[in-house]
Amino acid sequence: MSIHTPTTRQFKANATAAMADANIQHAMRSTGTGFVGKRASARAALPEFDALRDAARDMKNHVLSHLDLYLAQYEAKVVENGGHVHWAETAQDAREIVLDICRKAQTKQVNKGKTMISEEIGLNEYLEANGIRPHETDLGEYIIQLRGETPSHIIAPAIHVTVPEIDKLFRETHTHLDPNRDLSDLATMLAEARAVLRAKYFDAQVGVTGANMLIVETGQSVIVTNEGNGDLSQSIPKVHIVLASLEKIVPTLDDAATVLRVLARSATGQEMAVYNTFSSGPRRPEDPDGPEEYHVILLDNGRTGMLGTHFQDMLRCIRCGACMNHCPVYQAVGGHAYGWVYPGPMGAVLTPSLIGVEEGGQLPNASTFCGRCEEVCPMRIPLPGMMRHWREREFERHLYPKTVRWGLKGWALFAERPALYRLATRIAVAGMSLFGRKRGKFTSLPLAGGWTKWRDFPAPQGGTFMQQIKARGR
Amino acid sequence: MPQPPASPTRDPLRVALFVTCLVDMFRPSVGFATLKLLEENGCAVDVPTAQTCCGQPAYNSGDRATARRIARQVIEAFEGYDHVVAPSGSCAGTIVKDYPAMFEDEPVWRARAEALAARTHEIVSFLTDVLKVTAVDAAFPATVTYHDSCSNLRHMGVKGQPRALLASVKGLTLTEMKDTEVCCGFGGTFCVKYPDISNKMVTDKAANIAATGAAVVLAGELGCLLNISGKLSRNGEPIAARHVVEVLAGMADGPAIMPETQR
Repeated sequence: MSIHTPTTRQFKANATAAMADANIQHAMRSTGTGFVGKRASARAALPEFDALRDAARDMKNHVLSHLDLYLAQYEAKVVENGGHVHWAETAQDAREIVLDICRKAQTKQVNKGKTMISEEIGLNEYLEANGIRPHETDLGEYIIQLRGETPSHIIAPAIHVTVPEIDKLFRETHTHLDPNRDLSDLATMLAEARAVLRAKYFDAQVGVTGANMLIVETGQSVIVTNEGNGDLSQSIPKVHIVLASLEKIVPTLDDAATVLRVLARSATGQEMAVYNTFSSGPRRPEDPDGPEEYHVILLDNGRTGMLGTHFQDMLRCIRCGACMNHCPVYQAVGGHAYGWVYPGPMGAVLTPSLIGVEEGGQLPNASTFCGRCEEVCPMRIPLPGMMRHWREREFERHLYPKTVRWGLKGWALFAERPALYRLATRIAVAGMSLFGRKRGKFTSLPLAGGWTKWRDFPAPQGGTFMQQIKARGR
Repeated sequence: MPQPPASPTRDPLRVALFVTCLVDMFRPSVGFATLKLLEENGCAVDVPTAQTCCGQPAYNSGDRATARRIARQVIEAFEGYDHVVAPSGSCAGTIVKDYPAMFEDEPVWRARAEALAARTHEIVSFLTDVLKVTAVDAAFPATVTYHDSCSNLRHMGVKGQPRALLASVKGLTLTEMKDTEVCCGFGGTFCVKYPDISNKMVTDKAANIAATGAAVVLAGELGCLLNISGKLSRNGEPIAARHVVEVLAGMADGPAIMPETQR
């Protein structure tokens, strides 16, 4: 599972490399901005959008306060429908359950709809190591599987890949096709991928999908897609496995509708995604098609540990990606720089929860707290506030470098003593004014190399405000 | 035109000026412009001497204990006035949004923090929303663009207010930049902790500013302005940066933040 080893500790180096990568920068520029405008239009067209966000938040808060009861009811309903529920406390548990089901179904291949939980548990590598070939059927997932990569965005996994790169990749992979074929436009590429993938649907005995929601009232799982690949992945094979984290619960169909109304609008600006598929379990005798077996794997992997903490609100997340679409840091560095499965603001909060703050602590620090993520989050998750809570944990546990801690201490020594502070700032300003007087600016400064590497620093006007106001007798 | 106080018989509003640490050290003229705007509009202004910083650097660095000690110091120095006004949505926002949250488990301090939060304002929105100022008596013959600083915009709800007052400045033309609501990359300690990412953000911001053709960029936040003007200066762009209150107070005749960027 080498590609899932976190590189979160190297966030800074990852980010610098990504910003120097012309392909990533080109891809982020050409695709990154569309979502922002589309969401804004979708929001403007629905007057009750913000009221729906409130309703969705309140509904999910209610669920999280009673998660144990709802999970038990959900399990009972799935079983009543003829399905199976598996409880996976860890990623390893979930992987083993999937493998066990695959072995019982005697399959050598698995078709997969897009699922971030599969990424979280490193399922593909595990299945391959155990002789089972996973086929990603979402176009973006297919592209990154061919490239041996992880997603760089939770709803647009190949957002970092340019069109010429896809052209090259397809020519190298689809060697059975005419090497001189025209792949100049996206529609042709899409048609080619579709034809290649379509042939694979009938070879697998097991289909794996994620779930956007699990509905207690009906025992259904819901997937929201735009390509239809998820439907084929789950309805053609004999066995359908739903991989879902346990906070995906919503009580009723009405609640599911509330989430659907904010989900696609926040994600892509669509009123609804193209396919909103509700799976009720295995095929019933009167059904014309559907799987013979229906399994739901409920993954915890650290989430119940977030309940009752400052990080509980993160469990409201519906994975729309609006936070990363609007995040200037994500837009600058792309998703891979974050170094694990979940990038952007939601990843900055979730990653330390799931893999530990020692490993993921860089991420909640890499934010200006500009607040755009919280502003657009359909579930009104206070993302910057939770990043600050992670910083507090890091500070308490002395995870910051000594220079940062001592710097803060030194600054606080003055800031907590107003008379001393006034004197120190007068001296500092006098010194800076003296040295900066000639040019009116500094092009390098001790202790502020990060600043002057890229920008100049102005010389102070001269004299502090407090000093001048006192001189005026006030 | 300067507005008279709402009622001539009423005592003037007692306003405490929180000048902010960056203005105090690097650009006192912003403090004097704020003072002038408040006094011209009928406020009796005090500058409490026990002020240093709002504590945000500690709070955003995870040092909650230090942040709370500084918050108590600010609360003690500033309670007892009708209003507290700062030329920064970031520092005012710390008092308004963060102080009450810092004392979630200390009811007495929480009440004091909430009382202060309810009376604390960013200067431009204080002029328009509290003092009901609709125009200023100032002239600034230039094309300007206005950057929406994150805290002003998202914490303090400042968006239309500066534009409304700038519309009354004689000779001034406002040209909006692309992505004016996107962060400039300053972010307090962020700009020195993540200099390369910060640079990417401020590079985009500087390009959007330059694309407007404006001679001057204005904002309501000195942190952003230091960052933006530093980048414009490094790029050799002849675009001056000023705090919006300098223009509104008619005090924009002195040197800009980077004097050599002035055309």
